[in-house]
Amino acid sequence: MLDAGRAKRDLSRSKSREGAMPQVTLSVNGTTHTVEVEGRTLLVELLREKLRLTGTHVGCDTSQCGACVVHMDGESVKACTTLAVMCDGAQVTTIEGLAQADGTLHPMQEAFREYHALQCGFCTPGMVMSAVDLVKKNPQGLSEQEIREGLEGNLCRCTGYHNIVKAIAAAQDVMHGRRESLAAAAE
Amino acid sequence: MNVVQPFEGIGASVRRKEDRRFLSGRGQYTDDINRPGQLYAHILRSPHAHARITGIDTAAARAMPGVEAIYTSADMASVGGIPCGWQIHNKDGTPMAEPKHPVLAEGKVRHVGDPVAVVVATTRQQARDAAEAIEVGYDVLTAAANLAQAQALGAPAVHDDVPSNLCYDWHIGEKAAVDAAFAQAAHRVVFETTNNRLVPNAMEPRSAIGDFDATTGEHTLWTTSQNPHVIRLLMGAFVLNLPESKLRVVAPDVGGGFGSKIYHYAEEAIVTWAAHKLARPVKWTSDRTEAFMSDAHGRDHVTRAELALDKDGKFLALHVQTQANMGAYLSTFAPCVPTYLYATLLAGVYATPAIYAEVKAVFTHTVPVDAYRGAGRPEASYLLERLVDVAAKQCGFDKVELRRKNFISTDAFPYQTPVALQYDSGDYFSTLDQALETSGWAGFEARRAEAKARGRLRGIGISTYLEACGIAPSAVVGSLGARAGLYEVGTIRVHPTGSVTVLTGAHSHGQGHETTFAQLVADKLGVPIAQVEIVHGDTAKVPFGMGTYGSRSLAVGGSAMDKAMDKIIAKGKRIAAHLMEASVEDVEFERGTFRVAGTDKTKALAEISLAAYVPHNYPIEELEPGLEETAFYDPKNFTYPGGCHIAEVEIEPETGRVQMVNFTAVDDVGRVINPMIVEGQVQGGVAQGIGQALLEACVYDEAGQLVSASMMDYCLPRAEDLAPVSVATHTTLCTHNPLGVKGCGEVGAIGSPPAVINAVVDALRDYGVEHVEMPATPQKIWSILHRQQS
Repeated sequence: MLDAGRAKRDLSRSKSREGAMPQVTLSVNGTTHTVEVEGRTLLVELLREKLRLTGTHVGCDTSQCGACVVHMDGESVKACTTLAVMCDGAQVTTIEGLAQADGTLHPMQEAFREYHALQCGFCTPGMVMSAVDLVKKNPQGLSEQEIREGLEGNLCRCTGYHNIVKAIAAAQDVMHGRRESLAAAAE
Repeated sequence: MNVVQPFEGIGASVRRKEDRRFLSGRGQYTDDINRPGQLYAHILRSPHAHARITGIDTAAARAMPGVEAIYTSADMASVGGIPCGWQIHNKDGTPMAEPKHPVLAEGKVRHVGDPVAVVVATTRQQARDAAEAIEVGYDVLTAAANLAQAQALGAPAVHDDVPSNLCYDWHIGEKAAVDAAFAQAAHRVVFETTNNRLVPNAMEPRSAIGDFDATTGEHTLWTTSQNPHVIRLLMGAFVLNLPESKLRVVAPDVGGGFGSKIYHYAEEAIVTWAAHKLARPVKWTSDRTEAFMSDAHGRDHVTRAELALDKDGKFLALHVQTQANMGAYLSTFAPCVPTYLYATLLAGVYATPAIYAEVKAVFTHTVPVDAYRGAGRPEASYLLERLVDVAAKQCGFDKVELRRKNFISTDAFPYQTPVALQYDSGDYFSTLDQALETSGWAGFEARRAEAKARGRLRGIGISTYLEACGIAPSAVVGSLGARAGLYEVGTIRVHPTGSVTVLTGAHSHGQGHETTFAQLVADKLGVPIAQVEIVHGDTAKVPFGMGTYGSRSLAVGGSAMDKAMDKIIAKGKRIAAHLMEASVEDVEFERGTFRVAGTDKTKALAEISLAAYVPHNYPIEELEPGLEETAFYDPKNFTYPGGCHIAEVEIEPETGRVQMVNFTAVDDVGRVINPMIVEGQVQGGVAQGIGQALLEACVYDEAGQLVSASMMDYCLPRAEDLAPVSVATHTTLCTHNPLGVKGCGEVGAIGSPPAVINAVVDALRDYGVEHVEMPATPQKIWSILHRQQS
């Protein structure tokens, strides 16, 4: 998990014009947008309110819950603690951009469905985005305990995490090519 | 034959229909909705627990950019107070104290977070900025921040018209019988405990959008609710004086509820009222800090219990005295939680012949307390299951055998308890035996010794619990003070081509209704679940409904659907009889096919539905066209899930951390429709129960300041805090609903906390520890170990 403060973004890159609102240009799910923002506008506000990408959720105001996790330049960030002006030039992927264009779900999305790793669905986008990043960064494979530790920045109030852990464990095998498709969850 | 392939009916772990939209970010939660011309409301809340408002100066705020309006209680004089849905009566027969709950504070604030003013502005940020510019004069008063303070001599009154702070003083059971039994008891065991106050923390914060159509005069409220029809009733009839016909309430995708989204909240009335006033849509969305100080909290009991046993360990009588914190105002269902959802459960799974319970509900300067997952039943099961462990230890009985000795025998059903409830079915011996086997109970001492060699303290704890859900028979709850009926409504609409739309008054906010309910239709009508659409959460679409709480959706809502499907089949048989030129009595129906008994003459459901909507060849003289039926189902009784939970923990003495190492749940939830979903519900409930037992505490300081108002201060369980939970079911059928179902949404949170604390106390058995209060935090455990050593 990469927190906002550690994002390798240069604030001066956002085009701050005299007396005008700062503008940021960023790519979201492959589409380039130029958006006027306030200095205090958060990335999650830009996504939800300016671009109407409401799959990224806000569940807290202290960077604890992880419902807002998106990928910025390939790394997971909490969009609720990332300023929009830090995202100029960034490539952002949200949950809406994770599946293939033809609607084929990402193996992580598929695994969440197969293993009943979601209930109300509110934490799910952030949980899936965190899980994808966690697995990508650990090609050697993660144990159940390591997955639990890796989810430290994401809260789920519905599932008790057990099925989330199982889904991530199954998805990592597909993502790393160790398995062609998901093993069916035990009935 | 219209056989459903693969099998999607009752008993199949069908993958959820709703998942795809949630997994691709296409869920539609209230805050995801934006109306044209929408304004944003921000609520200015009290920073004090108790204060007189000496003045509110909004002049500077009104001049701020984007501000459209600022409202205080003076502007909302025509708006009624927020009603309470349940009236409890005192021991002497008089009604409970029911002080006004204004939408915005009138003259006084009574808890941190009490709404004082509303700013409506063009953007969310502008509304927030302007709220900071409002000057509120407060004359800060002493607060009654907890049960003890509120009942102390000379305590500040939360409401001037309730100087004692006593909401009610209620009782149930036979005191004389209990006194007589105690007089003869060989053992008397006293146990005193606090059931910790919790904050539900559904991941989606509450949100509401009001809209008004001047052309039609229709108000629409989108809200994060578990029961939109209930909100329409309460807000329309009591707060804003709007007829149902002009008020539509929509609860779209809702991100978890756990009880906290049952209640009618002030913000719903505020946005609906303001949208009318401004003729613009108005949205309000809570942030998390605001949620901590405005969502109803849960639990918060202080209890003294005494159990009488004979020399062999048979329970003779139970006397319970509980104080329950209501908070500053009565939330929608608050008064019934510590009474009819708590004290009536004090028999548990035991054949205790005499029980007497007294409950005092008390106002304090805190956020209102209402139902949170389990609502009253977790408090009852925790008390009983800790008490039984304490009794076993004090009197020298084996804790498992003491339970077994006192179980209601499996052939005793229906079983009438001394505290009003009549259990219809159960088999507590089987769930116990299965859990003992699965958990490896017999081999525990070896694991304890192995842990000790590693420097860890290992403990095992058991809970054999029972709950009452499937809420509830209207006549029964009406006689107990409910101001509403608790039936449910289901409509089955078979379309001309045979696909089905189900309208249900139940509401899904994580429970998977879109799948489970479709399975009921697949099972009974033989329609593939892909062709079954479940519609819920919109008063403009669903005729009526009482919503989802108290594990009632399947037992009550599912039964309504089942009854409506019976009507569909009955009508279908008459159409089929006409088409096949047979008598109605000779037509059979099974999973999608009408057949003339003993012949090969059949008609598929889709043929019947087509005939119903294209009635060219149709018994039009005796039957209306169309194939749509609605049923209201009012349950005959509560349902009674129960079972056995076993927790195994290890304590790290250096830090005091309690690590869950194993958890076994064997629950009797009645017939299981979708085992995968049931297992998920139990897993989630157990996680919340473990949270209560080990991590979660809502803390007010002595001045009534809420000091645990963020997720950094209030410890929610994270993945690493929990262990894998082994979930199994052992079924006895509910005898009084058509599906035989009981309910699975709350059992996890009800059965698990005492199992965990029993395990913690067991782990500390060498330290002379009698009890550890929830939550058993590292600090608490470390202090116990440290005290022992020094």
